[in-house]
Amino acid sequence: MKLLDIKNLSVRFGDANAVPVVDGLDLSVDKGEVLAIVGESGSGKSVTMLALMGLIDPPGVVSADNLQFDGTDMLRLKGRQRRRIVGKDLAMIFQDPMTALNPSYTVGFQIEEVLRQHLQLSAKAARRRALQLLERVEIPAAESRLDAYPHQLSGGMSQRVAIAMAIAAEPKLLIADEPTTALDVTIQAQIMELLLDLQREQDMGLVLITHDLAVVAETAQRVCVMYAGQAVEVGVVPGLFDAPAHPYTEALLKAIPEHSLGARRLATLPGIVPGRFDRPHGCLLAPRCPYAQSNCQAQRPTLDPQVRGAVRCFYPLNQEVA
Amino acid sequence: MMADRASATSVLSARELTRHYAVSRGLFKPHATVQALNGVSFELQAGKTLAVVGESGCGKSTLARALTLIEQPSSGSLQIAGQEVTGASKAQRKQLRRDVQMVFQNPYASLNPRQKIGDQLAEPLLINTPLSSLERRERVQAMMQQVGLRPEHYQRYPHMFSGGQRQRVALARAMMLNPKVLVADEPTSALDVSIQAQVLNLFMDLQEQFNTAYVFISHNLSVVRHVADDVLVMYLGRPVEMGAKELIYSRPLHPYTQALLSATPTIHPDPSKPKIKIVGELPNPLALPSGCAFHQRCPYATERCSVELPQLRLLDARQVACHHAERING
Repeated sequence: MKLLDIKNLSVRFGDANAVPVVDGLDLSVDKGEVLAIVGESGSGKSVTMLALMGLIDPPGVVSADNLQFDGTDMLRLKGRQRRRIVGKDLAMIFQDPMTALNPSYTVGFQIEEVLRQHLQLSAKAARRRALQLLERVEIPAAESRLDAYPHQLSGGMSQRVAIAMAIAAEPKLLIADEPTTALDVTIQAQIMELLLDLQREQDMGLVLITHDLAVVAETAQRVCVMYAGQAVEVGVVPGLFDAPAHPYTEALLKAIPEHSLGARRLATLPGIVPGRFDRPHGCLLAPRCPYAQSNCQAQRPTLDPQVRGAVRCFYPLNQEVA
Repeated sequence: MMADRASATSVLSARELTRHYAVSRGLFKPHATVQALNGVSFELQAGKTLAVVGESGCGKSTLARALTLIEQPSSGSLQIAGQEVTGASKAQRKQLRRDVQMVFQNPYASLNPRQKIGDQLAEPLLINTPLSSLERRERVQAMMQQVGLRPEHYQRYPHMFSGGQRQRVALARAMMLNPKVLVADEPTSALDVSIQAQVLNLFMDLQEQFNTAYVFISHNLSVVRHVADDVLVMYLGRPVEMGAKELIYSRPLHPYTQALLSATPTIHPDPSKPKIKIVGELPNPLALPSGCAFHQRCPYATERCSVELPQLRLLDARQVACHHAERING
């Protein structure tokens, strides 16, 4: 059984006529798997995970044929039951570690809170375990850091504390939303290595939300590329990087300066992601796509399975390689 | 770019540029000093790009503020188009400021939310040139077309634009006076990768057309590799390696440059090449370690590194500040 199984997830803000922010998304994660969700701002990657955790507030409306995590239907859970799962079996790390921690409490208190709430540890046991966790996430002088406040820590340290909190109750699935975007490159390398170590050690599922394709290439096993709320390509690493099937994936890869070494100009995708009022009738990428044909303007393609995953395109690329 | 080359041809020339800040530690304690910028020297020719790379707190932005005359350096000399900046009179500095313009990281913050785009673009001309309002408008329209904005954008406010378009506006405003030097401080790090590519292309096009010299500050080594001619790597306020881009990327000599390059993720990772791990974080800038500032995190550090500060020296056609550069790179 899949650890996480999402079928036809839609999220819209407003009434039924509102444009969906996430549109018919299918996604699954196995135990011990690293899945990356890639896309530009506004593609719906974060909202998908917020919907899973039940963090979408009205007027946001979440609908899905199936939203199962570890055998539980997350869509029909009520507050108290949800809180038993979220933060324990299903944990999340956010982009900005400075705002993810509560500035008014010490780091130790915030980690102990997780342990007391979810594992019913005594105060003493919680403190012992919190110290172990800080040591596990490689915070130097961990004992003295237990009584530190978040403002006394650097960005990298704060992210380590946020990770310690997230793994405190040994979650089955960890969602990391742009965990290293706010960090320097050497610290980013340290944090990614720590996350992957923990993932292997505890055989967790890990969902990595990011806009950085290079980070994905180095860490994930499977990738879901999102564009304007839809999954446009699902594939494995490194196959998707060597032979992208969707024109949008190809364009994203080409836009990375590393791809055009020595060239004066970078390959670009003209225009911007369609907004609420200018969504095309056909394929959402059609107005920007260099390969678009007349039926791309008229009809919406569906996400069709192919050899190495799935692609939402009438004329997928690189098919002969597969 | 090297400091020994004749400075007559360079539009920007810095020698031992230094900026220290006094930081109060409390009423009765003596001030502490942050050495934000220490002994930075370089030459920059017209139409060339110098990229400054390093992590937060390495002095990149302080360098930008010194180059754009926002701040006076504590010591050292800075020449713009052959004219000395340190010690220049107020009127001279005002004149010099026209030649050095800046693009900031966050276009949401660097544009005035209450002023129309057209007026913001015209303001540099209004302040610095005797042009009539009609001429200003023509110049603004021409520049808008050059950066890919439509004429009707003239009347719009910044909030009506996307991040990429706003950065185009910021770039247009910086280019209005046709400056000799453009300092760009992380100009694309707030943008998505496909928009980043569009803006980088615009940077390259404008440089080709106006022959402007760029000082391009970034922590993204993949972007730097695309735009730079020369690269200056900084660590805690000091240059650690400086030279031509090809040299630095193909054969970095300083352990910090090596670590930075190795830590940068790539879309085609080579599993046979293990990543160089550097442990720990930046030391406290108020209490710099003795000797080489990098020695606590450096895998090759010896006792000498903790005692003696390495000076920049010429090695393999670039400058590097490391005692053991030869030994490490065998």
